[in-house]
Amino acid sequence: MIPTVAINWAVVEPILPELLLIGIGVLLIGLDIFVPRQRQVLPWLTVVGCLTTLAMVVGSRPSVAFGGMFLVDGYAIVFKSTCLAGVILTTLMSEHFCRIIGLRQGEYYSLMVFSAVGMLMMASAGDLMVLYLGLELMALPIYALVGLHKTEQRTSEAAIKYFLMGSFASALLLFGMSLLYGLTGTTDIARIAELIATLHLGNNPALMAALALLIAGFCFKVAVAPFHLWTPDVYEGAPTVITAFMSVSPKVAGFAIFGRLLFLGLPELHEHWGPVLAVLALLTMAVGNITALCQRSLKRMLAYSAIAHAGYALLGLLAGTAEGLAATMTYLIIYLFMNMGAFGILMLLATPDQPHESLDDCKGLASRHPLAAAMMLVFLFSLTGIPPTGGFIGKFYLLKAAFSAGYTLTVIGAVLFSAISAYFYLRVVRYMYMSESQQTISCSFSPGMTAALGLCLLGVLGFGFFPGPLLDWTTAALAGM
Amino acid sequence: MIPLSWYMALAAILFCIGVCGFLTRRNVIVMFLSIELMLNGVNLNLVALSHFLESLRGQAFTFFIITVAAAEAAIGLGIAISLYRSRRTVHVDTINQLKG
Repeated sequence: MIPTVAINWAVVEPILPELLLIGIGVLLIGLDIFVPRQRQVLPWLTVVGCLTTLAMVVGSRPSVAFGGMFLVDGYAIVFKSTCLAGVILTTLMSEHFCRIIGLRQGEYYSLMVFSAVGMLMMASAGDLMVLYLGLELMALPIYALVGLHKTEQRTSEAAIKYFLMGSFASALLLFGMSLLYGLTGTTDIARIAELIATLHLGNNPALMAALALLIAGFCFKVAVAPFHLWTPDVYEGAPTVITAFMSVSPKVAGFAIFGRLLFLGLPELHEHWGPVLAVLALLTMAVGNITALCQRSLKRMLAYSAIAHAGYALLGLLAGTAEGLAATMTYLIIYLFMNMGAFGILMLLATPDQPHESLDDCKGLASRHPLAAAMMLVFLFSLTGIPPTGGFIGKFYLLKAAFSAGYTLTVIGAVLFSAISAYFYLRVVRYMYMSESQQTISCSFSPGMTAALGLCLLGVLGFGFFPGPLLDWTTAALAGM
Repeated sequence: MIPLSWYMALAAILFCIGVCGFLTRRNVIVMFLSIELMLNGVNLNLVALSHFLESLRGQAFTFFIITVAAAEAAIGLGIAISLYRSRRTVHVDTINQLKG
């Protein structure tokens, strides 16, 4: 006779936001199949669902669930909110863009919501198993999303490249995790840190191999050079709205697990991973910014700029201090708004028969559509890091954190590459304002697009003028770690 | 009794064969097979360690990896089919529209 144990439903409370999102994802598939006439409600249902989840996440109490496997702390809450904000902005932009390029909207939104569930799990992962499951749950729907637009030839190429590289990175990551498990006998990230300290594993060669594999895997995921080679192709081939999504939310979630594992699990090894990340960050900024100089396609240029920004965000991580981590979090939040905004304007240029992704297509945009040009100007200034936009604030705190941790050379390099980046960002501005228009396409704003661009503009300028609350939030979030 | 180091050596060899296969082969399906080989190296590592460390976490982890690999195979082959339909080939050397 097996005794029956009453299930304590209170333990589910920390994962309620994830459960709600899963429910919404299933509901979206159901609505798509059974009520096909009402497809126009799908984006709005997604937005409302994500907003509710966002409210639940922000209001959730810090707790540790499932024996340390699932952590709801300030760190997780900040990253979860950022990822959800990315999903909301993408959904707002999707309806307009999918209609223009004729992308089937049915399963699109549910895939995006399931991917968001994976990101939330990654941000909360306190165990290597949860970390891996969240990572795959995030990545698998995105592989499908990239290849969803089957009538365009480029998308399946982008999807297969993304899929192969992503799976390869996961396998590297897993081998690193298995070595970590072999050395410590546990998969609990906090426990791994304790055991490394008590067993004096600091210089163990197997641990170094595990660290190298983990860093390589994470660098693939967040597109850090020299593991960035898939990024430009995939970003260019995917539908622009998916590119905007991929360049923000999965990257933020990737940094969440990167930071969690390095800060919570391997703080003993900072003397090893700090310099490695410094070299990788410099290389990433060099590759991203210099290759972006010679691009004729605006979309591909933004892809290289996304690589360069991953390099900047690494600056806070490699410092190995709470200040640095807070700076990375702040930067990622600002990056979300400015990058989404720039891609949003690129989406506005698209017409049903032509994607209009090259630099020539933005010639004379200021005379055709002054408002769109003015917004693009703000986003590009912010990406360059010119005050008073948010991009300046973000970069400033990253450089300060890396400088106070003693990485002077890396900081000098970052400033130099940042100056180089001004050339290709401001070239777009010159084309928009000082060249004659070659065509007379008119941009049309849909309500969703207007809302998304408005929010991006508000984010970039708001955080630029009043960065205080954001900095307080990210710093307070780390107080418990 | 076979010592742990033999299992781990076999796992590392399997993993390396997978990495070499992924980097040298040019057929998408064979590249995908190589990734499965890498994952199986990881699984072997985890199960052997789990047995010798007498902790069940490794085996639980292996179950998750096998499950996720199955889902990954479904999506990967789906993408390969959609690629074949549009290009009539799954060789990476001919998949070169995107570059620069």
